[in-house]
Amino acid sequence: MPRWLAHLLVVVLLAALVALAFARVDYAWNWPAVWAYREKFLQGWLTTIAMSLAALVVSSLIGILASLCLQSKRPLLEAVGRVYVELIRGTPLLVQLLIGFYVIANAVGLENRYVVGVLVLSLFSGAYMAEIFRGGLAAIPTTQRDAARAIGLTPWQSLRFVILPQAIRLVLPPVAGQLVSLIKDSSLLSVIAIAEFTLSAQEVNAFTYSTLECYLPLAAGYLLLTLPLSALARWLERRFHYES
Amino acid sequence: MNLVVTDLTQRFAGTTVLDRLSLATGDIRALVLVGPSGGGKTTLLRILAGLDLPVAGRVAFAGRELPRDEVGLQAYRKTVGTVFQAYNLFPHLSALDNLLLPLVQVHKLSAAAARERVREPLERFGLAAHAHKRPAELSGGQKQRIAILRALVVQPACLFLDEPTSALDPEMAAEVLDMIQELKLQGTRFVLVTHEMQFARRAADEIAFIGDGRVLAHGSAAEMFTNCPQPRVRAFFQRILP
Repeated sequence: MPRWLAHLLVVVLLAALVALAFARVDYAWNWPAVWAYREKFLQGWLTTIAMSLAALVVSSLIGILASLCLQSKRPLLEAVGRVYVELIRGTPLLVQLLIGFYVIANAVGLENRYVVGVLVLSLFSGAYMAEIFRGGLAAIPTTQRDAARAIGLTPWQSLRFVILPQAIRLVLPPVAGQLVSLIKDSSLLSVIAIAEFTLSAQEVNAFTYSTLECYLPLAAGYLLLTLPLSALARWLERRFHYES
Repeated sequence: MNLVVTDLTQRFAGTTVLDRLSLATGDIRALVLVGPSGGGKTTLLRILAGLDLPVAGRVAFAGRELPRDEVGLQAYRKTVGTVFQAYNLFPHLSALDNLLLPLVQVHKLSAAAARERVREPLERFGLAAHAHKRPAELSGGQKQRIAILRALVVQPACLFLDEPTSALDPEMAAEVLDMIQELKLQGTRFVLVTHEMQFARRAADEIAFIGDGRVLAHGSAAEMFTNCPQPRVRAFFQRILP
């Protein structure tokens, strides 16, 4: 059986099961009520994309810095990196958002909740990025550094022309995967009242009492973003696997 | 090359790999290092190539001492070439770009001048047709010949080759050895670590037998292969020569 057919088969079977389940529920569908709020959904969806992309950029920078800390020979820097990564990865994003917004941002006088949202999301994602980057650099064999030194490259040139081009290829697939997680995790930004996709759905639900009509499009909207990204991640992985 | 090594000592994690090794060659073109595995050949070659700093001792080429700090060694490495057993080509670059990288980034040639510099050697060694392939698409012999060219096109004062044929099957090894032989005839100076004794005999001006971190015997190929006074060296050659 060809692969696409297998995928199609599984999707159709799953859809049939879900349709059956919905058919058994006595539910009064009211799509027009929710359709009236389509602009709000679109706004929220675009905000989710913008917040996720901003967080991807900032968390990449944080991740690079943190991965350098993790590999530092200075105990203090290594400790900063390790404590950051373990603390962030060991606690729920929900708690980080609440403390970040109501305590820390408040204390330093940062009022723009969108800025705080991107920062907290970036700090959260940066801890995962740090491990991705650390792993990517560690995967380049030391013989490559040897060869770079042997042809007379400076340490900076060696990083620029030999190590980074190879490491970036290695980390691109997991970074694309991390973006998928970021997009879904950004739904928690609703708890600090950022008008992203999930909050839009929650609000429309509050106006219309049409829960399923709000949350089904929500799921579809996230899949619309995450499915192509997952495909991209898999494609990148195949492509760079062949080359090394 | 007039290589003079004096009391060279190297230790890794408490293990002494080179033990006050001393060696002085004549003004020769080709020095071949032979001896049992783990005897210190590669360690010596890496120090000569400026890749590692010894814990003690001195090395001088043609009267000039090797620098003893990483900054000085980096400048020194620009003037020599190193070839590794496992090729160590850059897998993300085509064969051609592997050759151009040191020319453009280290020796500051223009892209056009660098291409012109590598064109003739690529053709002479039958690699022009493979220049645009990535290392993964090349055979072992082609990879190693590209690696030798990468070390050679910068016109080094000396080439250091660390068991360049050990990872190759006999046919590919022959390709690489032919190339080294041709380079020697054209005047390239090199220090070669190898287990190919027939080739050592043919190409070496002098052979040094390294074992237990020292030079156990040193002389011309003829002196070394026939009636070497050192019993250990004699036994080694008798075991591995047909």
